[in-house]
Amino acid sequence: MSAILLEARRVTKRFGGLVAVNAVDFTLEEGVIASIIGPNGAGKTTLFNVFTGIYHPEDGDVLVQGRSVIELTPDRITALGVCRTFQNIRLFKNMTVLENALVGMHTRVQLRLWDVLARTPTFGREEGQAVRRALDLLDVVGLRGQEDALARNLPYGDQRRLEIARALAASPKVLLLDEPTAGMTQGEAQSLMGFLRRLIREFGLTILLIEHNMRVVMEVSDRVTVLDYGEKIAEGRPAEVQRNPRVIEAYLGRGRATGQAAVP
Amino acid sequence: MSERSGRPVVVNLLVLGLIGGSAALVWVVPRSILAFMLFQASLVVVYYAPLSFRAKMAYAALGLGLLMPVLGTHNGYYMEVAIQVGIFVALALGLNIVVGLAGLLDLGYVAFYAVGAYLWAVFGSPQAGKFISATFVTFPLAPGWFFVFLVLGIAVAAVTGVLLGLPVLRLRGDYLAIVTLGFGEVIRVLANNLDKPWNITNGPKGITPIERPPLFFEPALRAVGIEASPFTLYPLYFYFLILGIVVVVILVNQRLEHSHVGRAWEAIREDEVAAQAMGVPLVRMKLLAFAAGASFAGIMGVMFSAKQLFINPESFTFLESIGVLAMVILGGMGSIPGAIIGASVVTILNLQVLKGISLWLNDLRNAGIEIFGYNLANLPSQFEPAKYERMVFGIILILMMIYRPEGIIPARRRRLERFDRGHEERPAP
Repeated sequence: MSAILLEARRVTKRFGGLVAVNAVDFTLEEGVIASIIGPNGAGKTTLFNVFTGIYHPEDGDVLVQGRSVIELTPDRITALGVCRTFQNIRLFKNMTVLENALVGMHTRVQLRLWDVLARTPTFGREEGQAVRRALDLLDVVGLRGQEDALARNLPYGDQRRLEIARALAASPKVLLLDEPTAGMTQGEAQSLMGFLRRLIREFGLTILLIEHNMRVVMEVSDRVTVLDYGEKIAEGRPAEVQRNPRVIEAYLGRGRATGQAAVP
Repeated sequence: MSERSGRPVVVNLLVLGLIGGSAALVWVVPRSILAFMLFQASLVVVYYAPLSFRAKMAYAALGLGLLMPVLGTHNGYYMEVAIQVGIFVALALGLNIVVGLAGLLDLGYVAFYAVGAYLWAVFGSPQAGKFISATFVTFPLAPGWFFVFLVLGIAVAAVTGVLLGLPVLRLRGDYLAIVTLGFGEVIRVLANNLDKPWNITNGPKGITPIERPPLFFEPALRAVGIEASPFTLYPLYFYFLILGIVVVVILVNQRLEHSHVGRAWEAIREDEVAAQAMGVPLVRMKLLAFAAGASFAGIMGVMFSAKQLFINPESFTFLESIGVLAMVILGGMGSIPGAIIGASVVTILNLQVLKGISLWLNDLRNAGIEIFGYNLANLPSQFEPAKYERMVFGIILILMMIYRPEGIIPARRRRLERFDRGHEERPAP
């Protein structure tokens, strides 16, 4: 059994009277691809936001490599090795592709203000390294050659890939991807999944996905967690989850669930 | 490119001729504003000329380091214009960090300028003696302290910037603008009212006389046989001090912008949540932006009070903040050359062009020339453009926003944006 990188203990997040995430337990082991699925409004993205420190949970605890992070700001959590992409792409639109990737490297830059102002040799070395690494990452996601284009001018698919490159720039151990295949054709989604598998191999990454594309989820995931109305209703290997009556009910409604087990 | 490098000699000769020729013209007709504007324009030409960076620097040094002081000594008013331009360039560059790079709309920027100005005004005049009774130190402090206070001005303004930054960390856009506006007013009102119970700022009456920096080089000048009165020396002195500070400010600005700090600021401007999620420490970077911007204003404030010999709260009104902001917007948000040209254009317009036209109208009036049966002597004084300063300004800003919203010299990526408009309308799938 490999080490647990990310763990949620009975996490609860409320917005006024609405319980968006209700006492959810969750563990993510090193080296797997795990998915969180569930109908719209099930609390998937909220859970992501709790993991990355954008929301503060009312109850429960989130641990990164055994360390509680709920009191930390998002940038500190990123520094601990958890980085993410967003459901509705949030690139720095008026910055270039290269600069977007470089911003992701912020936590890895070891420079003092003095180095910047005096342009010390350390600055030159660090900056050069950062640019080289950023270019390498752009190469990995297939955006090399476009580094000087403005992020806003990239086609949609490239923007998604740039967001992944930007997250990778933070050298995360865990990569959280919020609906990475949204708006993609089945073919594009497949190739993105192949790309994710490669990332695991090459970067030693652990990946947590939110996904609606069931074919992708079932194919790529080692483990699937199902949320509905903020509660975890099922967890396990894709095939197990697929047969779980509560999952079928959540997706298709009660009437169908009593009949033949439909594939969600 | 090959076409350009094929005739660098011609370009060099042209540029040199323009600078030298216009300078000579100013020398011959020192009262002609057009001649002086030609000289200023020649420096802009240097910026755009197809020359190497080194050559441009050399011409700028020639123009600003040698010709400008000579012309300024010839006609003292031009020196005053140059000094004012320098002060506002530094202010615009400072505000450019806060507004242009970090995207934090600050409407009370002049407060930091006031902090620097009052810092030296209080201690560099007998004023401090009114609330500090010390036996071991007398006020005003010796002129030599001025240089210490330049550094102190940076530090105190930076701390003030952080103090302003802390409560407004969570605010954005309009809300931030309102709070900073209030902050600017608070500083001005404080200056206005801190004459009781302890008389720190001397209230609306202002503080005077303020010490000037020491003319430590005067004996050396005399030794080499140059006899100059303080009347010629001080403007030159202030000119070179301000020029030096402006050069440092430009360097600092540029180095910050092209580093992880500048990128973090721009990321915050683009998307705060995403920036923080990518590891940008929001609190630290925002405070750093406020502190850096404020420190430029602080050091110029110290300069300003030493140059003016007199300051009062009237110099630090809300309109001043707006004026500096207008320079940044006019020049191009987030662009260093933009901030420089914006500050220059606005200051020259105010001090020189509008005043010049007013003077010219006055001359016409006095001459009593008749046009179409109308005697110009009857022209009411309300027509003087100097009285419409803000209106002319407003019209220019409106025209700019309609025809060139990215500013005179847009930031590099704004330029990219402009040329890439074809892609802009791509619908999100």
